[in-house]
Amino acid sequence: MSGDRLLEIRGLCVDYGHGPDAVHAVTDADVVLHRGEVLGLAGESGSGKSTLVMAATRLLRPPGVITGGAVRLYPAVGTEVDLLEADYDVLRVLRWSQVSLVLQSAMNALNPVMTIRVQLTDALAAHQPHLSRQDRHARAVELLEMVGINSDRLSSHPHELSGGMRQRVMIAMALALQPQVVIMDEPTTALDVVTQREILEELKDLRDQLGFAILFITHDLSLLIEIADAIAVMYAGRLVERAPASALFRAPRHPYTLGLLSSFPPLHGPRTPMTGIPGSPPDLRALPSGCVFHPRCRFAFDKCAVQAPPLAVVGASNDRLAACWLQLGDGPAPAELALREPDLTEPTASANGTQTSSGPTGRPAPTERPAPTGVPERAADHEEPVQQGSTA
Amino acid sequence: MTTPTLDAPDMTATLLEARGLTKHFPVHGAVRGAGRRVARRRGSGPVVHAVDDVSLALRAARVTAVVGESGSGKSTLARLLAGLITPTAGELLLDGRAMARSRRRRLDYAKTVQMVLQDPFASLNPIHDVHYHLSRPFKVHGLARSGADLDGKIAAVLERVALTPADAYLHKYPHELSGGQRQRVAIARALAVQPRVLLADEPVSMLDVSIRLGVLNLLADLRDSEQLAILYITHDIASARYLADTIIVMYAGQEVESGPAVHVTDTPAHPYTQLLLSAAPDPERVTAVTLRGAGAPPSAVAPPSGCRFRLRCPHAMPICAERVPPAFPAGDGHVSACWLLDAGPKSPAVTTRAGTPEPPAVSSCQLVRPITGEDAPDLGEER
Repeated sequence: MSGDRLLEIRGLCVDYGHGPDAVHAVTDADVVLHRGEVLGLAGESGSGKSTLVMAATRLLRPPGVITGGAVRLYPAVGTEVDLLEADYDVLRVLRWSQVSLVLQSAMNALNPVMTIRVQLTDALAAHQPHLSRQDRHARAVELLEMVGINSDRLSSHPHELSGGMRQRVMIAMALALQPQVVIMDEPTTALDVVTQREILEELKDLRDQLGFAILFITHDLSLLIEIADAIAVMYAGRLVERAPASALFRAPRHPYTLGLLSSFPPLHGPRTPMTGIPGSPPDLRALPSGCVFHPRCRFAFDKCAVQAPPLAVVGASNDRLAACWLQLGDGPAPAELALREPDLTEPTASANGTQTSSGPTGRPAPTERPAPTGVPERAADHEEPVQQGSTA
Repeated sequence: MTTPTLDAPDMTATLLEARGLTKHFPVHGAVRGAGRRVARRRGSGPVVHAVDDVSLALRAARVTAVVGESGSGKSTLARLLAGLITPTAGELLLDGRAMARSRRRRLDYAKTVQMVLQDPFASLNPIHDVHYHLSRPFKVHGLARSGADLDGKIAAVLERVALTPADAYLHKYPHELSGGQRQRVAIARALAVQPRVLLADEPVSMLDVSIRLGVLNLLADLRDSEQLAILYITHDIASARYLADTIIVMYAGQEVESGPAVHVTDTPAHPYTQLLLSAAPDPERVTAVTLRGAGAPPSAVAPPSGCRFRLRCPHAMPICAERVPPAFPAGDGHVSACWLLDAGPKSPAVTTRAGTPEPPAVSSCQLVRPITGEDAPDLGEER
């Protein structure tokens, strides 16, 4: 597993501000992105998704402070760069050529007074000074065509392009130097659903062609389940669950993931009342004690309010992690099992090590998200490709 | 105070009806030449066709969802229905009566039809507390007799949106509330005057995912308990399916399809609705997505002739460019403005069409599902 690691974030802690008033935006985050993988980072606003990647790429601005952890990039097998320790010169080379970023608001990310040509060739000029002007132009044409934009748009200014085209330009720019890691922070949130789908499909094709890994940040878990190989869920600055996408969807192991899943009304099946998650996300300045989710958790028990659960492997396979006392088999076991039964079928399976096989039947609360008939078979089909994807 | 002041309306009583509602915005002259601003005369020059010939009826105790992409005219429609802008053409009937221009009648209208806006971070004034925001409607409409009466009414309206105990929220400022709580305050403000129609323009799209359902469920409760007629504007067809009784799909300022919510989403008849549904995130999806009709909406200043979707439509036929498709029945109160559903010469809509190419003589039920049938466009040429 470790051989194909590309970006490894270990125990990252990020505060905004210093001293007792500091806001703990990210606490003890562990994220591993493998080569060629699409890893989704899901969470609500304020959950620390963007802060996490900004800190990991050293783009965090004051008052953001990295207070702990390590971020390692493996540009090639056997080489390792500690991004938190790296000098500015090292970072300057790695950025864009190894790690690039696509932001949510393409209108704000693009310079309104410069043409697309200038903005596309700028990074090329900086990173590949040996290229001639003609070579840079040729590459810019190639990049635009790669994302489905006619090259006569090179002399356009951003305001002359539609929102979808601007976002495509951003993606073309991010891929200009063929980086191995592309971080996308809500890249399609501001777009219409059809445009969003077009861009996601293009992105999938580009990934297949070029083989880069994507860290895809979004609040839309239902979208991630479709496009990501694996998903990490954040809540109040902490990672609460990580799993292959379809396993997460079929059998979430953390109550917050379950709640999020039951917050998206389905497009099929009978309409049934759904509840979402009661309460609201916590104020980061006054986080609850113990597990940060416990005030909203319907399964919470005494221990949850006292001690924060670690993110630990659940079940036999190493790719399922959850931070929940219910899963760590440490609480009042009978009550825990009784509570979990209606939501996560075969709850004992997680303890006995048949985690993966419990996926097909472990559909989230049938009372909330009725699964159409035939789900078990389909889930089983899904399990395989996802695991291949995450280890490819 | 929480009892609705209704005379027990019939379950299907139409409260607010729009007939052929149209709004065109003039395109003002761009800055030309030496920075001179050229304002065009009213009534001439190009216009943006924001809403074209939309008819709908909002019924008591029913949620009507309007679904469409940005620029499809959803919000303009809401503003027209709220009486905030005057239509270019068409009628707006409240309880069967046209809206009058006088200030007195305008106020009456506002008392019956209230609006909730998208962004509760922007729609509440940051320098005023909840009590102030909720006291305004009572004062503007002269509904409170005394200070104590006002306080009682404010507490009651907070209870209606499940912000309890009211005392805990009365003196909070918007920044002290979460997004969901803010939107509840905005809904409470709209409910204060006991309206019978609530126009909710993307009420949950700015909220966190985990609290959206809470607000949607609140709207559903208000529909049931207070017999409110609700217009729910959204770009999220899944949430429309969840909440609404009726869905209206808009494209480029026009209504392309409408009908019972589940019927429209389960058996979409219009190619645009099919496109929307195929593009929507769906974790249950097993097969790869094929977008049929991808592309961008047409210019609203010079929309294409005939059907406005035809330039993207995978089934486009010659007639689509010639005539605007009327609403054809697609079963179960479901109508779709698409020539594919044209049932042939028997249809009254078609008999008025002289000199057009021979209409496709195919039964509509065969064509209701071009979503799966790859041969759908060919069916029209069978005969």
